[in-house]
Amino acid sequence: MNVLRRLAPILAPLLALLIAAVVGDALILTFGQSPAAVYRLLVDGTLGNAYGIGQVIYKATTLACTGMAVALGLRAGLFNIGAEGQLAMGGFAAAVVGLLLPVGTPALLAVPVCLAGAALGGAAVGAVPGVLKARFGAHEVIVTIMLNFIVLAFLNWIVATRLHVPEQLHTPDIRAGAIGRLAGAFPAFHGSAANWTILVALAAAGFMAWHLFRTRQGYELRAVGLQPAAAESGGVHVGRVWLRTMTLAGAIAGLGGTNFVLGYKQYYEEGFAAGAGFIGIAVALVGRNHPVGVLLASLLFAVLSQGGLAVNAVVPKQMVDVLTAVVIIAVAVTVPEMQRLVRGAHGANR
Amino acid sequence: MIVLAFLVQALRIAVPYLFAAAGGVLCERSGVIALTLEGWMLTGAFSATLGSYYSGSAWAGLVCGVAGGLLAASLHALATVRYRADQVVVGIAANLLAVGATRFFLRLAFDSSSNSPRVSGFDWFAAVSGGGTSDGASLLSSLANPLVLLGMLSLPFVSWLLNGTPFGLRVRAVGERPDAAVSVGIHVGRVRWLAVLGAGALASLGGSYLALEQHQFTDSMTAGRGFIALAAVIFGNWEPRRVAVACALFAIAETLQIQLQGLQLIPSQFVEMIPYLLTIIALAGVVGRSVSPAALGRQVD
Repeated sequence: MNVLRRLAPILAPLLALLIAAVVGDALILTFGQSPAAVYRLLVDGTLGNAYGIGQVIYKATTLACTGMAVALGLRAGLFNIGAEGQLAMGGFAAAVVGLLLPVGTPALLAVPVCLAGAALGGAAVGAVPGVLKARFGAHEVIVTIMLNFIVLAFLNWIVATRLHVPEQLHTPDIRAGAIGRLAGAFPAFHGSAANWTILVALAAAGFMAWHLFRTRQGYELRAVGLQPAAAESGGVHVGRVWLRTMTLAGAIAGLGGTNFVLGYKQYYEEGFAAGAGFIGIAVALVGRNHPVGVLLASLLFAVLSQGGLAVNAVVPKQMVDVLTAVVIIAVAVTVPEMQRLVRGAHGANR
Repeated sequence: MIVLAFLVQALRIAVPYLFAAAGGVLCERSGVIALTLEGWMLTGAFSATLGSYYSGSAWAGLVCGVAGGLLAASLHALATVRYRADQVVVGIAANLLAVGATRFFLRLAFDSSSNSPRVSGFDWFAAVSGGGTSDGASLLSSLANPLVLLGMLSLPFVSWLLNGTPFGLRVRAVGERPDAAVSVGIHVGRVRWLAVLGAGALASLGGSYLALEQHQFTDSMTAGRGFIALAAVIFGNWEPRRVAVACALFAIAETLQIQLQGLQLIPSQFVEMIPYLLTIIALAGVVGRSVSPAALGRQVD
C-alpha cells in the first residue's frame, strides 16, 4: 500500500493525461483524421527539430513563471487567478524601464534593472489581492479575476494613448536591457524565440524551492496553506503571510513577462500574455505545486501549445486548448479521488 | 426620442447580463461558485447558432442553445458535485474549454475561424417597421423578442424560486448550512445539481440572445459578459433585486460610453473597468460590504 501512497501524486496527473488523450482522439476522429498520425505530427513539429525545441523552450519559460506564481499561492492556500495581469504588468514595466534607460547602457547593468522593474510591476499587481484579503477578507479568487480585467484595460489605455508606435498596438523598441537569443550560442536554434530568460525562470524555480523548503518564511507559508487557524495559534501572522505570498507570486509572474519583452520582441505589445496566466493554473496543478514539477509541466504545456501550430493544417489548433482544459478538469477530479482511494485502501489495511 | 433610444439600447445590452446573473445567483446561493457563466453563455450562443442554422427556426435555435448550456453545466456539476473537484479550478478550466471547443466546432461545422453564416433570429416586426434607426416603431420592434421579455423576468423568477418555493428554501439551506441541510434529510448533491443545471440553462439563454440577435456566432462573442454578470451578482450581494439594479447600472454605463464615444470624455477602457472596480470595492467592504453565501465553494461529503 505504501507504493500506491507514494505513487499517488504522479498517478493522478498521468491518469488525467490519459483522459485528455482519449478526448483528443475523439476530436481528431471528428475531423476524419488518424489520431496516431496527428500525434506524430505534433511530436515531430515540437521535439523533432531544433526550431521546434527552441519554440518549446521559449513558451515553457513564460509558463514556468506563471505556473510558479499560481503554485506558490496554492502552497499558502491562495488561488492566484491573477497571473495573467501580473505577467502583463511585469512585461510592461520591463519595457518602460528599458525605454527610460539611455542607449548603450551595458547589458550587465540594464538587464538586472529591467528584470527588477518587471518583478516590481508584477509584485504591485499581486500585492493588491494580498492586501485586500489580509485587511478586509476579500476573496482572492474574485479580486484577482476582476483585477486581470482592470490591469489589461489600464495597460491598453496607456499604450494606446501614450506609448504606442503609430498604427501599432505596441510600444517603441526598448533602448537597453535586451536579452540575447539562445541561437547566439547554439546556432541550431536559429529562428526560434528561445532566449536566455530561461535562466531567469530556472533561477526563480531554485529560489522558490529554497524559499518554500529551507526558510522560516517558507515554513510559515506552508503552515498557513495547510491549516491557517493552527498556524495562527502557532504564532504565525496569517495576513502577513498572505500579503507576502501574493506579492512574491506577482513578482515571479512579472518576471515571466521579460521573456517576450526583453528576450523576444524588445517591446511591449497589447495582449502578449495571451492566456499564459490561465495555463499557469494547469501547469501548477499538473506540477503538484512543486518547483521541479512546475518546470516539467511547463514543458508539457509548451509542447501542447506549440504542437497546436504544428497540426493546424490537419486539425484546428484549438484542439490543444480543449485538451489543456480537459487536463485541468481531469486533474481536479482525479487528485481528490486518488487521495480518497489511497486513504480508503490504507484504512482497509488496518 | 433620444431618451427612448438610450433606454432601448441599455435594455438590449442588459438582457444577457440579466440572464447570466440570474443563473449566477441561483448557482452561488446553492454554494457552487459560478465562475463558468462566461463559458455557459458561449456554449449557449454556439449551440443556438447551430440549431438555428440547421433548422432555419429561431425557436429551434433557442432549444438547442439551452440544451448546450445544460450539457456544459452537467459537466460542471459532474466534476464539482459528483466528484467534489475544486470549484475554482473546474470553473476556470471550463471557460477555457468553452472557448476552445466552440472554436474547434466552428471550424468543423462552418470551416471558419471567425464566424458562422447568417442564421435566423426573432425578427417579428422587421417587415412592418422597415429600415430607419431613429424611427420609434423600429426601436420598439427590436424589443419584440421573446428573449428580451424572458430576460427581464429571469431575476424575478429566480427571486420567486429562492424565496417562494420549497426548492428555493433547500437551495438556500444547502448554500448556507449544508451540514444542517443534511441533518433534515435534504440531498445536498441533488439540490446543487439542479441549481447548476438551472444556472447553465439561464446563462445559455443569455448567450442564445446574443447569437440570435446578431444572426450569427462570432469567435468568443460573449467577450467577458459572463464575468460582468458575476460582478453584478457579487456587487448585488447575491440578492436578485439588487443584482438586477447592478445589471442595469452596468448596462447604462456601457450605453453611455457608446453614446458618448465621439466626445472622448472618459476613455472607453475606464468605462470597461467600472463593473470590476465596483465589485472589488464591494468585496473589500468599503461601502456596503458584500457577504457571500456561507458555504460557497465548500464541498460536502
